[in-house]
Amino acid sequence: MTGQPAPDPIEPPGALDGLKVVELASEHAAFAGKLLAGLGAEVTLVEPPGGAPMRWYEPFVDDVPDPTRSLWWWHYEQGKHGVTVDLDDASGAAEFRRLCADADVVVEGEPPGRLAALGLDHAQLRAGHEELIWVSVTPFGRDNPRAHEPVVDLTVLAGGGPVWNCGYDDHAIPPVRGGGNQGYQTASLHAVVATLVALLVRDETGTGQHVDVSMHAAANVTTEAGSYSWLVARQTVQRQTCRHAAVRPTQGTITLDREGRFVPTGIPPRSGKEFHVLLEWLASHGWRDEFPEAFFLQMGADRGGVNFADIATDPEVAAIFGAARDALIFIAERLTAYEFFVEGQQRGLPLPVVYAPEEVMHDPHYRARGFPVPVWHEELGRAVEYTGAPFHMHGSPWRLDTPAP
Amino acid sequence: MNGALSHIRICDFTGQLAGAGATRVFAAFGAQVIKIEDPVTRGLWDILRGMEPYVDDRRGIEFGGGFNNHNIEKLGITLNLRTARGKELLAEIVRVSDAVTENFAAGVLERWGFGYERLRELRPDVVYVSNCGFGHVGPYSAFKTWGPIVQACCGLTFESGLPGMPPAGWGFSYMDHHGGNFMAIALLAALHHRNRTGEGQWVDMSCTDAGATLLGPAVLDYTVNGRGLRREGMPHSNHNQSPAMAPHDIYPAQGYDCWVAIACRDDRDWSALRGVIGTEWAADPRFDTRAGRLEHEPELDERMAAWTGPQDKFVVQERVLAAGVPCAAVQTPEERIDHDPGTSGFGLWPTVEHTEMGRVRVDGLPYHLSATDWRMERGAPCLGEHNDFVYGEILGLSEGEIAGLRDEGVI
Repeated sequence: MTGQPAPDPIEPPGALDGLKVVELASEHAAFAGKLLAGLGAEVTLVEPPGGAPMRWYEPFVDDVPDPTRSLWWWHYEQGKHGVTVDLDDASGAAEFRRLCADADVVVEGEPPGRLAALGLDHAQLRAGHEELIWVSVTPFGRDNPRAHEPVVDLTVLAGGGPVWNCGYDDHAIPPVRGGGNQGYQTASLHAVVATLVALLVRDETGTGQHVDVSMHAAANVTTEAGSYSWLVARQTVQRQTCRHAAVRPTQGTITLDREGRFVPTGIPPRSGKEFHVLLEWLASHGWRDEFPEAFFLQMGADRGGVNFADIATDPEVAAIFGAARDALIFIAERLTAYEFFVEGQQRGLPLPVVYAPEEVMHDPHYRARGFPVPVWHEELGRAVEYTGAPFHMHGSPWRLDTPAP
Repeated sequence: MNGALSHIRICDFTGQLAGAGATRVFAAFGAQVIKIEDPVTRGLWDILRGMEPYVDDRRGIEFGGGFNNHNIEKLGITLNLRTARGKELLAEIVRVSDAVTENFAAGVLERWGFGYERLRELRPDVVYVSNCGFGHVGPYSAFKTWGPIVQACCGLTFESGLPGMPPAGWGFSYMDHHGGNFMAIALLAALHHRNRTGEGQWVDMSCTDAGATLLGPAVLDYTVNGRGLRREGMPHSNHNQSPAMAPHDIYPAQGYDCWVAIACRDDRDWSALRGVIGTEWAADPRFDTRAGRLEHEPELDERMAAWTGPQDKFVVQERVLAAGVPCAAVQTPEERIDHDPGTSGFGLWPTVEHTEMGRVRVDGLPYHLSATDWRMERGAPCLGEHNDFVYGEILGLSEGEIAGLRDEGVI
C-alpha cells in the first residue's frame, strides 16, 4: 500500500475535538457538516435506508453510476461517520432520539414541518436536553411565508440576488449563476458561523438553542454593493463582463494572453511608483519602444501619479490613465497568463491569473501551503488529492484525511 | 448577559469586507469590537470609508455606505502606531482583548512590532487571526489581492460563465463575503478551543485557500477522472453538472433584461412542468427521461425559452412553483429587498442609526438564534467616535490624558 499517508502522531487535536455532531444527510447542509468535521468534531451522518439521494449525484468515478462512486458524495461527506436510520419507522425514530441525546449539535436540512410531524424536531428532542444546539438549514427559514417553496442551488441564487450581479456587458445574454453549488455552500458557511456562536454561548451558560438558517436570506446578504446600493441610495447595479456590477458602467479590461487564455487586467495603475513599474516591466522585455504610449507612462511617472477623479476634466490625465490600461493589455497579450500574474505581482501590481479549479492543485503556492491533501482510497488502491484546509489553525489544526462513509 | 458574545472583546484592525465582515458578526452578537484606525490617513486604508453609495449629497469619510454596512455596532478609535505612546496603548488594548484580527498584507503587523510572539507576551491566551490573499506562508505571500483577484486565482471566476465566452466572474467580491465568513469561523472555533484548553493560537488564513475549498466536486473530477473544467463546451454554469438536470437554465421573460430560472430535479418535476406548459412539444417522448432531456438539452432549452419569453417572470414563477417545481425570477435588488416576503418575513434588512448619516438600512444576518439572537441598532463608528469610551472606560485614562493624546497626535 505505497502512498497511504501515515497518521501524524504529534499533531494536536482540532478546535472542536470532542464535539459530537449528528447530521441528517442533505444537500443543503452537507458542507456545514464537512466544515465542522474539518474543525475536529465527530460528525455522524444519518442516511435513510437505501442511502441518501446525493449518492447518485454526478460525476462518478470513471463515470460508472454507483452509490459508492459519486464524487459529490466523496467531497461533501468526507470525514464523517455514516449510520442508516429510518426516521419513518418506530425503531428508527428511537435510534435517532438516542443519537441526539448523546449529541452536542444536530444539523439538518429537512423540509419545514417534517421532523415535527414525526415527533423528532428540536422542540421535542431538546426537552430535558437543554444543552443541545439544533441547526436547521432550509430554503427560506423554518417560519417564513415562502417556507414550503421548492428550490435548487440555481433558483436560490437567481431569486436571492447573486445572479443579478453576474454575467456579461451584453444584456441580451442571460445573467449567469456562478458554478459549484455556491447557494448551498453560502448557507452552510453562515450555518457554521451561527453554530459556533451558539457554542460559545453554551460555553458560558451551558444552554443550547435552535439556529434557523435561511438559504434565501444567505444569498440576499451575499451580493456586496448589489444590496447596499439599493438599501442606502435606491440605486441598481448592472452586470458587466468579468468585473463588478456597477451603477455606472466601468471600462472592460479582459484580453487574451499569448496562448489564447482570458486575462482580466484589473484596475489600471494610478500612482507615480506604478507608472515607473510599468515602464521598467516593458523595458525588461525590450518592449518600451514598441509600446506606442510609453510617453504618457513617463508623463504619469513624472507627475507622481494621476487622480482618477480628474479623468473627465483633464485630457492629459485621461491619456495617462488610458496608457496605463493599454500597457497592461499590451503586456498581457505578449506573455502567458501565468507569467503576467507572477511578473506583475513580483513588481507589486495586484494582478490575477484565471485558474480553472483543477489548475489550483498544481500551483506551487497552494502546494507549498499543503493545500492538496492526499486521501487513501482502498477501492482504488491509491491516494486521491482533495481540496484541503481553508486556514491554518496552528494550535488546533484543521484535519480531513479520511474518505466519505 | 445583554448579548450572546458580550463577554468577548476584539482588538480589530480589519477593513474592507473580507476582514470587517468577520468581526461584524461578533459586533452583531454584542461583542466589544474595538476597530482601530489610523488618524494620519483618516482611516482611508479602508477605501470604503468614503466610497459610494451615499445617503444624500454629503461626501467624505463618514458617508461611505458600504463602510457603514460592514462595521455596524463596532467601537471606533484612532491610534497612531508611528508613535511610541501609540504602541504602548496598543499593548494595553491587546492585554485586555480576547482576540486580535487583521487583514493587512502579510507581515504588516509584525513590522509594527506586534507579530504573534509579541501578542502572546502581552496576552498569553490571545487568539490572533490574520487574513490575507495568499496567507503568511508560501511563495505568493507578498502578492497583493482584492476580492476579484482572489476569485480568479482560486478557480471561482473560471467556474462562472457560459461556453465560448470569457469568464463572467461573480460581478462582486464573493470571496470578500466568504473571506469574512471563514475568518469568523476560524476565530469562533479558536475561542471555543481556548475556552476548553486555556490556550490561544495564531490562525494564518489565506483567502485563496478558503476560496479553493468551494470547488470540491470539480477538483475531484480532475484528480480522480483526469477531467478538468477547462475543456470544450465548459463551463456552462447555468446548467448543472453535479447533479445533472434538464431543463436547468436561466430563460428570458417579458420585458427588458427580465429572466427566470427553472430546474427539473427529476422526471416527476418534468412531468409536472409539462402539465404547466401544456403544448405539444412538451409531450415529446424524447424528453420523458432525464437522459433524454440531457441528450437533447439545446433543443429543450430553446423550447423553454420560447415558452417563457412572452410571459412575465413572476407569473412564470408562480405557475411553475404551483406545480412543485423549483423556479425563481431573477430578482433585481429592489424586488428582493422591498417586495419579497421571503426577506422581509425574515427581518433581513434592519435599520441602524449612524451618527452622521442618520437612519440607514443594512444587510442582516441570514439566521436567527432562538435564545440569543443578533441585533443591529448602531451604525458604523465615525473616525475616533469612541476614543473617550475606549481610552477612558476600558483603559482607565483620565480626560486630561486623553486630551493630551489628541494634542500629541497619538489618537
